[in-house]
Amino acid sequence: MGNNDLQRRIDTPYRWGFVTDIEQETMPMGLDEEVIRRISARKDEPDFMLDWRLKAYRHWLTMKEPTWSSVHYPAIDYQAIRYFAAPKNAKRPKSLDEVDPELLATYDKLGIPLKEREALAGVAVDAVFDSVSVATTFKDKLMSMGVIFCPFSEAVQSYPDLVREYLGSVVPYTDNFFAALNAAVFSDGSFVYVPKGVRCPMELSTYFRINARDTGQFERTLIVADEGSYVSYLEGCTAPQRDENQLHAAVVELVALKDARIKYSTVQNWYPGDAEGRGGIYNFVTKRGECRGDNSHISWTQVETGSAITWKYPSCILRGDNSVGEFYSVALTNHHQQADTGTKMVHIGKNTRSTIVSKGISAGRGRNAYRGLVKMLKGAEGARNHSQCDSLLMSPDCAAHTFPYIEVKEPGATVEHEATTSRIGEDQLFYLRSRGLTEEDAVALIVNGFCKEVFKELPMEFAVEARKLLAVSLEGAVG
Amino acid sequence: MLHISNLHVSVGGKPILKGIDLDVMPGEVHAIMGPNGSGKSTLAQVLAGRAGYEVTQGSVHYLDRDLFQLPPEQRARAGMFLAFQYPLEIPGVSNIQFLRTALNGVRRERGEPELDAIDFLEHVKGKLALLEMDDAFLYRSLNEGFSGGEKKRNEILQMAVLEPRLAILDETDSGLDIDALKVVARGVNALRSPDRAIVLVTHYQRLLDHIVPDRVHVLADGRIAMSGNRELALELEQRGYAWVDDVDESEEAKP
Repeated sequence: MGNNDLQRRIDTPYRWGFVTDIEQETMPMGLDEEVIRRISARKDEPDFMLDWRLKAYRHWLTMKEPTWSSVHYPAIDYQAIRYFAAPKNAKRPKSLDEVDPELLATYDKLGIPLKEREALAGVAVDAVFDSVSVATTFKDKLMSMGVIFCPFSEAVQSYPDLVREYLGSVVPYTDNFFAALNAAVFSDGSFVYVPKGVRCPMELSTYFRINARDTGQFERTLIVADEGSYVSYLEGCTAPQRDENQLHAAVVELVALKDARIKYSTVQNWYPGDAEGRGGIYNFVTKRGECRGDNSHISWTQVETGSAITWKYPSCILRGDNSVGEFYSVALTNHHQQADTGTKMVHIGKNTRSTIVSKGISAGRGRNAYRGLVKMLKGAEGARNHSQCDSLLMSPDCAAHTFPYIEVKEPGATVEHEATTSRIGEDQLFYLRSRGLTEEDAVALIVNGFCKEVFKELPMEFAVEARKLLAVSLEGAVG
Repeated sequence: MLHISNLHVSVGGKPILKGIDLDVMPGEVHAIMGPNGSGKSTLAQVLAGRAGYEVTQGSVHYLDRDLFQLPPEQRARAGMFLAFQYPLEIPGVSNIQFLRTALNGVRRERGEPELDAIDFLEHVKGKLALLEMDDAFLYRSLNEGFSGGEKKRNEILQMAVLEPRLAILDETDSGLDIDALKVVARGVNALRSPDRAIVLVTHYQRLLDHIVPDRVHVLADGRIAMSGNRELALELEQRGYAWVDDVDESEEAKP
């Protein structure tokens, strides 16, 4: 095996890059108050929602796109984006039998057979196609336990009080540029409410799919776990292969009340662009959870292999005493992908604990940055954080950066930070090959070993998917 | 089984092996000895297929196949095994996961069914006992945080699990205390059989007290300077490698 072999790169085709041919209802390009009014009217929203959107829009107009991250991209023309697209079949289906077969076929092709998942108990799925939720399975069964799992737009109609109470309570529309934009124009997403003392009996999951051209996807997810409840939520996403870049600016808010626990897992596989860096999704996402009650617990696990640009920092506000925040992340960048991702752990309550495990893998010309903030506010006595950030470099032209920010205002708090950078070694590969493993298997084994601490946090089915995805994303990537 | 003919190898343009001839038959144990820098580790690495070694002349046939046409994994699947002098650490990959992946690769090649986790555990337990290794070894990350002796023992465990046709041990004895050496020797001796061959690369004679070779070769300056039986190793120990150089030079000086 010579260096030349090692340098070779295979342009692995993106397997989810097809386009579904379906009649779409779209709004014209561009954004103004009229567009927002139309989105709101289209969804039959109560006045409080429209007011909130308009306030967000007006605030957004005063904001500047952030430039502090390490990612580079040409300026986005916000007037050249469509802010609403939906499959034409306007009526919300009551069951899967009413869903457009073309849509069901799309999810089958993505490996998310909705009917099968409905039949095999265990995972309830909300499928979001472009801006609209097209199918939610297991709703009735969940409802019998008081668990609400429905499209956001439906929640606005059916549970306006819950939405009103919690919407924007963790990520206000003033939070940042992309969150403000999302608040103004978001079209759908998932809503989850788990009542007091209920342990949600199955994994809830949402599969996001961008299909339409020139369209931004702005979905919003809100999960509320009431006192003593538990829920595990999975999120997956893909998009067609297109030459232009598409904007995805989502917001996810989690609220955990006293003794509640939320486990949120993501396998993000938006189209990353081709080997030369053409096309791909700009993924600018705000995810934040608040441990509002004592002894509450929020954990984020993410496997990020897609998108041309990833800008996301799933965070925890640890307000309740003894609350726990966790962040486990694998971020892979290959070819020309750029990722600036990490977390924020804000310790407010006493004896709050947080754990950060970040694994960055860079291949090709990929650029991978970990950016994390650990903040210990005055009064967070006995608070503890442990951060571990490891980077694995797989080619001579890739890059990895670590930007840890630590602010401690409480003398009784403990913060630990560890970081390592390693290169996948020719010696390691030779060692494994000399035991009969192919080069590709050897790479997969080393990478899986590197990511082990994160994968073990994923629900079983997702862990298998994540491993496969990494192997596919890294085919021929060693150099 | 292994036929090396006039093998010349350079590293970074510098000749290291300068014409090695060696035949190893099934059932034989060969010891290759020599001072530091004589090229014995290079020989082991070239046979296993490590990159960075340039074969400038000669050939090697293994089981009647041109060895240099096979990538390292094919050599391994064809039954060749190199016990590394410095085994690598692979964090996060458990020993048992690695061993099973490797064994099933070899078994597929041999046309044997793959072993599932339970059958594999049966297979590996006997080998562990032989090497006086604790079960806990299986669940640790491959070589990560292992002591020098543990790494060497783990190499022998891999060898015992994979049951190679030709095992090359590169200075497996270095850094082992006498007790560990005996355990390693037991593992190697257990593998001796009429259809297997073993090549021991070693600096010291003491390993050969426990694994008695059929043939001993002494490497000096990239060539086999002397070959003999067990007695040669003992004589070497008494007289030192300088003796080989003297003999070598006097032989070369002959008309």
